[in-house]
Amino acid sequence: MKLKKIILSVFASLFLFSSTLSADTIRIATEGAYPPWNSKSEDGKLIGFEVELANWLCIYMERDCKIVEQDWDGMIPALRMRKYDAIMAGMSITDERKKVITFSQGYADEVASLAVMKGSDLEGMSTPEGINLSLGGKDVKAALKTITGALAGKTVCTQTGTIHQNFLESGDVGSVDVRTYKTQDEVNLDLSAGRCDAALAAAVAFTDYAEKSGKAVVLVGPTFSGGHFGNGVGVGLRQEAQFGSDSALGKRDAQLLKDFNKAIDKARSTGKISELATKWFGFDASM
Amino acid sequence: MDLELIITSFPKLLNATVVTLKLLSASLFFGLFLGLFFAILRLNKNKLISGFAYVYSYVFRGTPLLVQIFIIYFGLGQIEYLRTTFLWVILKEPYWCAIIAFSLNTGAYTSEILRSAFETIKPGIIEAGRSLGLNKIFIFTKIQIPIAIKQSLPAYGNEIILMLKGTSLASTVTLLDITGVAKFIISTTFRPIEVFIVAGSIYLFITFLIHNIIKYLEKKYSYQ
Repeated sequence: MKLKKIILSVFASLFLFSSTLSADTIRIATEGAYPPWNSKSEDGKLIGFEVELANWLCIYMERDCKIVEQDWDGMIPALRMRKYDAIMAGMSITDERKKVITFSQGYADEVASLAVMKGSDLEGMSTPEGINLSLGGKDVKAALKTITGALAGKTVCTQTGTIHQNFLESGDVGSVDVRTYKTQDEVNLDLSAGRCDAALAAAVAFTDYAEKSGKAVVLVGPTFSGGHFGNGVGVGLRQEAQFGSDSALGKRDAQLLKDFNKAIDKARSTGKISELATKWFGFDASM
Repeated sequence: MDLELIITSFPKLLNATVVTLKLLSASLFFGLFLGLFFAILRLNKNKLISGFAYVYSYVFRGTPLLVQIFIIYFGLGQIEYLRTTFLWVILKEPYWCAIIAFSLNTGAYTSEILRSAFETIKPGIIEAGRSLGLNKIFIFTKIQIPIAIKQSLPAYGNEIILMLKGTSLASTVTLLDITGVAKFIISTTFRPIEVFIVAGSIYLFITFLIHNIIKYLEKKYSYQ
């Protein structure tokens, strides 16, 4: 075990020192395809709530940062391989992910919602405005039952490797025909093409798409939080134990977690998170 | 290396192999007819007809398969008029979109393989047939086609193997073939190496089978 860790550390440090500008630069990965959380401008620059927040967190930490782009499906494996040091990509804090990486405290709330095209027979589903799966209770059970009935035999589209996919496949809403896509853009395309009866993602991902494309995408059913949907969005970081808690790399990772938590505290108390959230989402999603 | 994951993901990926083989066989089936059809058009003396076949093969060999499948799946799906026609019944399904893209692609390559095979047939053989009083259709089906198949076997074997690997692109349009299921397992386990090793091994094994079947056929139809 110990030998394995040493070999891992040697390889990791070789990679670390050969590929970065300086060992002090924090590399933060984002997807660049999940507006308004993170996306790309027309000239190819990374923009969005998390890109701006990342820059502010680095200012508070007084560190140099480099924001890099990474496809969603390789996001966690590449973090573990030390291709970068942190993930800020609308990634919700869930127990499943906590098995392989760690998270800073949450910086923003993300609620999920189903969306359909206007005129769908799923419109007008009668459920509460929002349900928290962690709380449970009669209302939540009743709402899930309504959704299960409405989605029976329907095709529901979602992005691969997301909390939304986990929820749809958990059996909480019966057995729906789930189709998964590499990016949210593709989900949106197939929803508007009529290949999906409904889609599930962050509510803001649909409202953003509806606004920009002019397509008649509407939210239906309750907004979801808790349970499979996790507890807010945080910075994804390596577990300090992955490279050994007493190794230099492990210590570096542990320090990074402390630094991020402190920086998020500061961003919250100065109102920066609220300000950026209001700018990008149209409402204060800070937490 | 997580040995347990290798063992648990193997049966899931084996199940997905059925989808891959279905995609492969359907594409090769339609592709062979398309290829034969366009190869015959290419040999036509009419410039317009042979030119049309040339453009088809040029376009589908000159663009990436991924682009072709995206145009057929996401591109055509955006045309509102198309969604009101009967074509949408087929184009709505990712399975058929993938088969259409793969068939058109492999059809283009097959047409080139068959064309060059037809061109290598010595005129003397056809003349010999004519001198025996055989009609054109008989000469084509009983002399030209068997020789062309024999000539094109090695190249066509290659095309089958390329197409097998091409089917992995079906995963980009939500199909759960070997690659699709591999990605799906990785999305919950976050361990790409183990899963892709298993997926790669399955592709390698299928290639091994195809290679040996073609080798057997080559031997069977050789003149020696």
